[in-house]
Amino acid sequence: MSAGQTPAAGGGRHRRGAALTLHRASAWFRSSRPYLMLTGFGLFLGGWYLAVEVWKLPRFAEMPGLTVVVKEWLSKDPTYGLSLYTPEYYQHIGRSVWRVAQAFTLATVFGVPLGLLLGWSKRFRDYVFPLFELLRPIPVLAWVPLAIVMFVASESAVIYLAFLASFFATALNAMLGVESIDAHYVRAAECLGASRAQVFRHVILPGALPFIFTGLQISVGVAWFSLVAAEMVSGQYGLGYVINTSYSTVRYPTIIIGMITLGVVGYVTSAMVRVVGDLLMQWRVRELALRGQS
Amino acid sequence: MTAAPFVHRETAAPAWRDVPVAPGRTAPVAEATPTRGAIRIENVVKVYGGRSGAVTAVDGCSLDIAAGEIFMVVGPSGCGKTTLLNAVAGFHDISGGRISLDGQVLCDSARPQAPRGSDRVVVFQNGALFPWRTNLENVIFGPVMQRKLSKRDAIDKAMDMMADAGLSGVEHSYPAEVSSGVRRRVEIVRALMNDPKVLLLDEPYRALDALTKSVMHEALLRIYYKNKVTIFFITHDLEEAIFLGHKVAVMTTRPCRPKMILTVDIPHPRDYSVLTSKRFRELARATSAAVHEEALKAFQSGEREG
Repeated sequence: MSAGQTPAAGGGRHRRGAALTLHRASAWFRSSRPYLMLTGFGLFLGGWYLAVEVWKLPRFAEMPGLTVVVKEWLSKDPTYGLSLYTPEYYQHIGRSVWRVAQAFTLATVFGVPLGLLLGWSKRFRDYVFPLFELLRPIPVLAWVPLAIVMFVASESAVIYLAFLASFFATALNAMLGVESIDAHYVRAAECLGASRAQVFRHVILPGALPFIFTGLQISVGVAWFSLVAAEMVSGQYGLGYVINTSYSTVRYPTIIIGMITLGVVGYVTSAMVRVVGDLLMQWRVRELALRGQS
Repeated sequence: MTAAPFVHRETAAPAWRDVPVAPGRTAPVAEATPTRGAIRIENVVKVYGGRSGAVTAVDGCSLDIAAGEIFMVVGPSGCGKTTLLNAVAGFHDISGGRISLDGQVLCDSARPQAPRGSDRVVVFQNGALFPWRTNLENVIFGPVMQRKLSKRDAIDKAMDMMADAGLSGVEHSYPAEVSSGVRRRVEIVRALMNDPKVLLLDEPYRALDALTKSVMHEALLRIYYKNKVTIFFITHDLEEAIFLGHKVAVMTTRPCRPKMILTVDIPHPRDYSVLTSKRFRELARATSAAVHEEALKAFQSGEREG
């Protein structure tokens, strides 16, 4: 690669920020990917429509059809009480997003430092990691009774449950991130006169960042997962609550609306984490782009 | 070590070594030639492993490296020469002997591991530029961490040094975006920014192709003529060693100790025409038998690269 001789001013390699995003968006539209994506969605929705409403397969006898769900969702006067035009719909979304945001923030604030310390200090790890590994596999649902007993307010219990799974995913990945760092970087920093604290701040932290962000993406995912589980057990409002109550009151199209909404909101939050990661790790974005993996 | 043209011990010891040196580092001699960065390696032993599988990597190794000298250490892969470099850098302890820098003991039996410090900066075999910093941010790392220079002054100095090393234009690229030859030069400049006494190079050009290598050799010499820092350079390439070095130590394989020490009497500054000169050929011929013998030994004992 002769990039070494390229002046900084020339070439499309040095785009940053918004220009880079625009450049990538236009490249995306020129590739085959958006059309393949639409085809994939089309096949799935078509299969749903055919299976339920045209062929009426026995397995899907109770299942709401595509057209029923879409009509309900877009209706100004929904049969089962929840659509794009009812304020309750946004109340539920808002409540769930707010809970996930709190759980995710707590998990990041506590999980990242814990994971970095686990990877950085052998002694700390010997103390904490066995306990950590014992608590980590306990499923969130097994924590439900304890959470309800511990927290009088159901709101805190729900957030605590969503926090737990995220916390473990975040801490574990931060730890793996520290372990992934080439020991030569630490040696080089020490050679160049960096103190132990500076090595931590300028080598361990940035070196672990790719893994940390992988962890945060998993963390948002499992936060939604455990939030919905928690909302189904206790609490009022929230998309998990919608799905659960719709089931007990036989409002099947509303269940599907809740599910699809969860998918969309979950995807958006996950994408937001990825965008923040890309902004913080321009070096990695460019490195992957050079290797053709962007 | 006794071969006729290869005398070096007397010249290697700086004249002021017998004079008591104050705890600072200013030697009581005013010379135009470099006065700092003399390394003395005395009877160094390094044994790896425990009771069952102890491996003697270095045994009874003594080397004298004069201040401001390019000292090349040649040996087959896995002969233990990197162990020696790691001991000087303070990455490993030693099992016996002593290493001193400008008369001050770095490590001996009382303190087996040398402190790591910016007076001895290592340039690694596979490169260790931080991929999350641009080339310029890498270069200013040392002085900014040590608070020797403000960030602004460090940037000014870095820009000058990078320009000198032919690195204008790559300052704001990340290491992954430039060629491996450019990366190595950036790494050497990063080391020199600390004004070290010694530059420790661990086969820095191993992964480069022959053409890039030849360019890199001349670039390194140009940097050296400007900075006159002691260079302790490890390689398995004999021609590279003779082309660059004031002295070339051919090492035995496991345990590692000098087999012969060659003083390269081709005057500096050198350029690539040296490679085709008669004297270069003679010196290469005189040493290649020794190198080949050790390579064969290493091959037969099936040493892994390292």
